[in-house]
Amino acid sequence: MIATLLSGDAPRSRVLSLLLLAVLVCLALAPFLFPGTRSLDTAARICVFILLVASYDLLLGYGGIVSFAHTMFFGMGAYGVALSCEYLGRSWGALAFGIGAGSVAAIAAAFLIGLFSLRVRAIFFAMITLAVASAVAVLVSQLSQITGGEDGLNYQIPRALTPAFKFMDEPVFGVRMNGKLLNYYVVLAGSLVGVLFLLRVVNSPFGRVLQAIRENDFRAEAIGYRVVQYRVAATCLSAAIAAFAGALYAIWLRYVGPSTVLSMEIMLDILLMVVIGGMGTIYGAVLGATLFVVAQNYLQELMGLAAGAFEGLPILPALLSPDRWLLWLGLLFILSVYFFPTGIVGRLRDGR
Amino acid sequence: MTHEILTTHDLTVRFGGHVAVDHVTCAFRTGELTAIVGPNGAGKTTYFNLISGQIPAFEGRVMLAGRDVTRASVSARCHAGVGRAFQLTNLFPDLTVLENVRLVIQSKARRGFSILSTAASQVALTERAEAVLDRVRLTAQAGQKVSALSHGNQRKLEVALLIALDPLVYMFDEPTAGMSVDEAPVVLDLIAELKAQKDRTILLVEHKMDVIRTLADRIIVLHNGALAADGAPAEVMASDVVQEAYMGRDLAELGA
Ligand SMILES: Nc1ncnc2c1ncn2[C@@H]1O[C@H](COP(=O)(O)OP(=O)(O)OP(=O)(O)O)[C@@H](O)[C@H]1O
Ligand SMILES: [Mg+2]
Repeated sequence: MIATLLSGDAPRSRVLSLLLLAVLVCLALAPFLFPGTRSLDTAARICVFILLVASYDLLLGYGGIVSFAHTMFFGMGAYGVALSCEYLGRSWGALAFGIGAGSVAAIAAAFLIGLFSLRVRAIFFAMITLAVASAVAVLVSQLSQITGGEDGLNYQIPRALTPAFKFMDEPVFGVRMNGKLLNYYVVLAGSLVGVLFLLRVVNSPFGRVLQAIRENDFRAEAIGYRVVQYRVAATCLSAAIAAFAGALYAIWLRYVGPSTVLSMEIMLDILLMVVIGGMGTIYGAVLGATLFVVAQNYLQELMGLAAGAFEGLPILPALLSPDRWLLWLGLLFILSVYFFPTGIVGRLRDGR
Repeated sequence: MTHEILTTHDLTVRFGGHVAVDHVTCAFRTGELTAIVGPNGAGKTTYFNLISGQIPAFEGRVMLAGRDVTRASVSARCHAGVGRAFQLTNLFPDLTVLENVRLVIQSKARRGFSILSTAASQVALTERAEAVLDRVRLTAQAGQKVSALSHGNQRKLEVALLIALDPLVYMFDEPTAGMSVDEAPVVLDLIAELKAQKDRTILLVEHKMDVIRTLADRIIVLHNGALAADGAPAEVMASDVVQEAYMGRDLAELGA
């Protein structure tokens, strides 16, 4: 049963299995284990980024394709929900339409970019995605009448997914049984299903062809696989799932803006997460995203504490000042790539 | 069954000013094993590249089973029945031996685009891949990564991929190069078996004369990209052309 769910792709390392299980349990019980708006927000972000990073892993880790447009697809999903809820009104239909429209737009964009650039050289594809993604980000900021520009959009989602909706009067274990809680579980379930779907894809005949193409595209073509078609298909599939992750994020936040769903910074974060976790494993996305988002959210605080502890000493407090958190994150990244070139998952599987 | 399955007409390619394959017109019949010989740099591999489509032709045509495939993609020609093993081992190094072969079987079954079932659940395809590994004596290595294989075993796998494809036209490019004396017979026996089947066309680039003598129905000689001789083995081997080509002397000198 579990093997079927995981598409026969077991974690293949006891420590890895335990870590994954821990992440799953923590996320599943997050509202009860870590009460508070802020921690639930972090948990939801983790769910969304796990799916986003896993969909990027399909492209980079399995297909060997470097794309800088992944945030754009993510943003398309998010703006799909936002625009649809803003202009079609507050209803489940509008929400569903938004998710669908965002995904279709992402697939269409991926198809066009892929068709025009994947037949040439891999580096050309990377450059085109960079150009298109930047252009779309500018476009979204410029079309402020429709998209809200830099300010973004606040919109209404069905009431059942908002804090205003209470489905039980009494709190359970001190947690209010409201729409926000439901919303969190929608995000979690969406992410879980998405990741399991990706596991299925990478272990399917199609996933095997992608790996073959990554290893040796020349020979893959010689044994009868039309390489361009597979690369375009992988790009579309990965874009669709990124858009779905974006839609989940938009449902959770009830707000979208260029800096939350479209910025190049997010693209870099995705790259870091997939590399730290371990490319070509899907599970790497789970660990990479969890670690990264937690660090992003709590490293600053931790450093504030540390800086306080070393008060009076020379240099140290300055180095540990919360403003330097990006420096430390960068350092962590360099160290992790240096010591675990195959990522956390690769490392755990080798050392079993 | 002696119909011409594969023909090339005036097939030509230039690299800069250098004519690597020079107006080669030749027909290959079903059931026939043709050895292609010629000194290093004669254009044998390039001729193969033109037939299987890795290099586009400058001039001329490639006809496969009556269809003009000159403009067809490599993968389309593969599905049309042209199969190729490479002179320089050309595999999927990070995948297992079994997976390398399975990928070929999967391609032939045209299952590459299914995403909802797992590859592991397609037991019939895996079994066929295992049968091929058995034929090339690589069963014991099935679970190993290709990058961990010895050179000889990588050469066997190179041939296994072609066997798994089971095309109408088999093209072997020095299949036993670099193999030890006890490994080479596995591959040569397989080629002999294919030949005995009588329903396949085999093109074999080979330098070893004893191999050619035992296997070939016909020999063609390429020299400086041009077809220099074509005929029954005894005849061609006795000819001055082959003698001289393999002594490394220039054909032009010979004519003089
Ligand atoms: N892609 C290429 N670009 C430029 N020149 C090439 C290319 N491929 C082959 N050549 C040249 O074409 C000529 C024929 O090469 P080819 O590899 O076909 O010879 P061959 O008969 O297979 O030789 P060998 O017995 O060494 O394998 C050589 O001079 C080679 O340098
Ligand atoms: Mg050659």
